[in-house]
Amino acid sequence: MNEVVYLYGALGVVLIGFYGLARAGHVLQQLLAVNVMGAGVFMLLLALATRHTPADAVPQALVLTGIVVAISTLALGLALIRRLAVEARQAEKRSDQEALHD
Amino acid sequence: MTEWGLAALVVWPLLWGALTLVMPVRWAALPGVLGGVFFGTWVLTWAPQSVALGGWLPPLGLSWRLDGVSQFMIALVAWVGGLSSLYAWWDRSLPSAFWGLWLGVWAAMNALLLTADVFHFYVTLELLSVAAVALVALTPGPAATRAAFRYLLVSLTGSMLFLLGVALLYGRYGVLDMLLLRDAMQGDGITALALAVMTLGLMAKAAVFPLHGWLPQAHAKAQTVVSAVLSALVIKAGLYGLLRLWLDLFAPLTSQPDSQAGWVLALLGTVAIFWGGYQAFRTPALKPLVAWSTVAQVGVLVLALALMVEATTRDSDGLTETLWRGWVWLVAAHALAKAGWFLAAGTVQKRAGETRLAGLGVALQRSPLSVFAMALAVVSLAGLPLSMGFLGKWWLLSLAWELQAWLWLAVSLLGSLLTLAYGWRVLNLGLSTGHGAEPLTPQAPLQTVPTRLDAVALILSALSVLGALGGYWYWEAGA
Repeated sequence: MNEVVYLYGALGVVLIGFYGLARAGHVLQQLLAVNVMGAGVFMLLLALATRHTPADAVPQALVLTGIVVAISTLALGLALIRRLAVEARQAEKRSDQEALHD
Repeated sequence: MTEWGLAALVVWPLLWGALTLVMPVRWAALPGVLGGVFFGTWVLTWAPQSVALGGWLPPLGLSWRLDGVSQFMIALVAWVGGLSSLYAWWDRSLPSAFWGLWLGVWAAMNALLLTADVFHFYVTLELLSVAAVALVALTPGPAATRAAFRYLLVSLTGSMLFLLGVALLYGRYGVLDMLLLRDAMQGDGITALALAVMTLGLMAKAAVFPLHGWLPQAHAKAQTVVSAVLSALVIKAGLYGLLRLWLDLFAPLTSQPDSQAGWVLALLGTVAIFWGGYQAFRTPALKPLVAWSTVAQVGVLVLALALMVEATTRDSDGLTETLWRGWVWLVAAHALAKAGWFLAAGTVQKRAGETRLAGLGVALQRSPLSVFAMALAVVSLAGLPLSMGFLGKWWLLSLAWELQAWLWLAVSLLGSLLTLAYGWRVLNLGLSTGHGAEPLTPQAPLQTVPTRLDAVALILSALSVLGALGGYWYWEAGA
């Protein structure tokens, strides 16, 4: 019974992530939505692992690898968002200066 | 012995790439590039084989598999990558971070082409995306950053969908090795769902219509050589994945006589051919034109995949040599031509200091080598006789002919016509004398850009035509 709850729960989390990605207006929300999707997939793998006693080790190894990959892509995404913010600020400053000179 | 060679295909570029990130001098990249070309060429002489990494056998260990498709794709990456590296070496405007990222892309491509494990395939896909997104972000300015971020989002979503499919497959069959999976494959709902989400994920990575939205921006805003390797090689990783899924891993499912799933692919490919061609015909700037052309050509490759799937449903031979050789040939012709076209287009834009086609007239006329390179690329992409692209198109048309798929036959012919139409928009400017419909407006003085950059573009385009000389496989296969 528990297992079924976790399996469908995991698929539900993936769908929530999808919905979030479609509805998100801010870049940070978009990035987080993709991470929610990832959490759903990892949860699915872990739910699959518990079907055996003792728990199957392979999905756990996959999730560990997956988390490492997800952290690095999240970092890259955050770095890009930071750069977007810096560039937007610079553009603003430039237009302010132009306004002063006019 | 070749086991070490296979490891070197991935480890060698990665090692030197990492070194250039620590020690930012471009000389450190030279051994990486030369070694990559050397190993990538040598691989053609190795016997097809499977290697269990570290002696750990599947189902627990990871295995690599070298077969005909991966051999030729690795060699293609080595050659197109090697020539693009030559361009990058002479292009002084590139930051030194390029080399580390580009060698990372190279290593990830080789690992992706070698792996025979679905989870490892996911990891290599992510490696490739991270390096490719960072390459796009090398261009300064908010437009490129936005394009890179959008590329990252689509890429991540694609990977997550692929991983979801991997999880479903593991839950259903308890193995991750492609060969073991194929032997266990059943035609049930979970397997079909896994095929659907993995296909969707790879389609996002390969920019198959309607998931192509990120490509024109990302490829047009990137640095010239980055556009070339992204369009020529990185896109092909997703397409190669689709080939592996539809004609190898899920073959027991897709090759059933009543399977109609292939037609969905054919339909998407068709729409991509027309939509990409139409956009390329009306976009005002040069590099976006070439990028939209990639969307259309991806359509051709997907249409070819769909016809191959249909062919396997008609007879039980599976992925025959004629089928995979024809497809890899088409991929190679596109990679060479597209790399040549992007490099030539970028060189002309640099010379003009301008991106809009209307302002490129004078620069085009002062770049005869680049115009020649673009002309040859268009010839090969459109599949005019005697070019490498012609033999690829001929293979595609005869496949459609055998399947009596008249509609798709007409589609691929019309696609060629569209390619000539948008290609001619560029060539027309380069060849006109200024009395035509688009007069040559006076503009800012031309920048000095070394001619050897045009020459590299010309070599790639020339190979996309002269490659036809290697087409004896077509007659040997008795097609």
